[in-house]
Amino acid sequence: MALLEVNGLRIRLQTPRGPAEAVRGIGFSLERGQTLGIVGESGCGKSLTVQSLMGLLPSTAQVTGSIRFDGQELVGLPERAMCSIRGNRIGMVFQEPMTALNPLHTIARQVGEPLRLHRGLSRAAARQEALALLERVGIPDAASRLDAYPHQFSGGQRQRIGIAMALACGPDLLIADEPTTALDVTVQKQILELIQGLVAERGMALILISHDLGVIAQNVSRMLVMYGGSVVESGPTAAVFAARAHPYTRGLFAARPALGAPRGTRLATIAGSVPELVDLPPGCPFAGRCRYTVEACHSTAPPATLLPHGHVVRCLRLDDIGVEVAAA
Amino acid sequence: MSASLPLAPAAPAAPGFWRRALRHRSFVLGGVLTLLLVFAAALSYVWTPWPINDMDMAAKLQGPSSAHWLGTDAFGRDVASLLLVGARASILVGVIAVGIGLVVGTALGLLASARRGWVEEAIMRLSDFSLAFPAILSAIMLTAAFGPGIVNAIVAIGIYNIPTFARITRASANAIWSREYVAAARACGKGPLAITLQHVLPNISAVLVVQSTIRFAIAILAEAALSYLGLGTQPPQPSWGRMLSEAQTLMFQQPLLAVWPGMAIALAVLGLNLLGDGLRDLLDPRLARAR
Repeated sequence: MALLEVNGLRIRLQTPRGPAEAVRGIGFSLERGQTLGIVGESGCGKSLTVQSLMGLLPSTAQVTGSIRFDGQELVGLPERAMCSIRGNRIGMVFQEPMTALNPLHTIARQVGEPLRLHRGLSRAAARQEALALLERVGIPDAASRLDAYPHQFSGGQRQRIGIAMALACGPDLLIADEPTTALDVTVQKQILELIQGLVAERGMALILISHDLGVIAQNVSRMLVMYGGSVVESGPTAAVFAARAHPYTRGLFAARPALGAPRGTRLATIAGSVPELVDLPPGCPFAGRCRYTVEACHSTAPPATLLPHGHVVRCLRLDDIGVEVAAA
Repeated sequence: MSASLPLAPAAPAAPGFWRRALRHRSFVLGGVLTLLLVFAAALSYVWTPWPINDMDMAAKLQGPSSAHWLGTDAFGRDVASLLLVGARASILVGVIAVGIGLVVGTALGLLASARRGWVEEAIMRLSDFSLAFPAILSAIMLTAAFGPGIVNAIVAIGIYNIPTFARITRASANAIWSREYVAAARACGKGPLAITLQHVLPNISAVLVVQSTIRFAIAILAEAALSYLGLGTQPPQPSWGRMLSEAQTLMFQQPLLAVWPGMAIALAVLGLNLLGDGLRDLLDPRLARAR
């Protein structure tokens, strides 16, 4: 049995313009030790998806479908039961290390908090554990900085502290929601290496959210490409990178800046903008912006097509447009 | 890997709270003024220059002299003695009325912010409703029902403070609830009560401290207004507010009569404001080394 199994997950949000289906029937599964990346632009539903795994959605959001974590159904689970899973079995690293730590608490207290909460550790024992965790995530001279406050650390160090917090109880699943977006490129690399090392060392499952294809390529074995609340393409990272099938995925790849491109080369863009979730058509969510659009795309939801290596794509016109093979 | 980390300068050992406090100018000044206020009230129990009920009609409305340091009022009573005794009422009104508002109002505001939905609506609409009532009117209703006196005046002012604190608390708490560290705390599996007490309350305490000092000043003035209407401190018990309102009618005979209690109120309020500011700075670790 898979550690995490998501089926037909739908999230409906109340917006000022009426109910909007922000996530529309996505599914995936994850074993212990596996890594999964979710890519997509802002508003595609990737953050909502992981928030629903943690039960962190606003109370006005309606979640339907099924999220089975280690055999237990999380959709509709009472808050109290959810509390014993959050931070204990599932850890989460946040996007903004600057605001993800309480400015008024020392780091020893914040990192030790989940241990006191879930393991019932004493203050002293939690402090010991916090020290070990902080040393593991690479806070230099951690022993003398246990009583320091978050503002006394740099952004990268704060993100390390955030990781230590998420790892405190030895979770089975680690969710990292754009953990490096707010950091410098050099620090990004260190943080991602740290996360990778920890995942391998502890045999956790990892869900990494990013809009950076480079980050996805180097850090996860499987990936989902999300657009307009649906998964448009999924599969092993290597297979998706080698043979981009969905027009949206192709657009994402084309929009990457290339090193060594001649001066004055303009970046490719995807025409149009992200559709409003409130009035999304019944067909393919990308239909309005896709240059291969035909009449049927607007009305028919595209079926899933299985390509080699477990690579799945949802596009009506796949037979006509083929796949785009990466240049070696 | 850690060798290439941008090292933040190691935090110097934070000096103890009291050493930092004594170096904080506004905290020290505020502390001195506040202590002075408490000292005046305490002193009045054991010693006053003159008995406060000692009327000397021959020496009424005098200016400062060696016999009456701050002069005498319309009944020939010693103003310095009245001021000392009046400090009691001011402290009582300020502390208890603000205390009622702070405790009840903050609790309601935190509850509204933690539960949202209909709980929030109910609490907020109720506080809107009570804010729509003129404060004086509700105070008159209360004293009509329970009789005039300092205790009822305090309760009336305290009740009036509740919605103000509830609104401020809810607004600032809502801002904290949307911070990422609250999401992180929830992601750690903390319940709403723990988050409220450990994350929300400490982070809005600065707002509450500042608001409390402002409300303290308003409470002293409100007591004056109620006393003026005969609903607060009953004669012959003096209070700064009553002295101020009685001095109004004598502005042209003896303007100093209004100056002394006015100055006393201003100094007390200033002291508490500075103390509140200082406390806020001292309790915030981010500002610990700033001043």
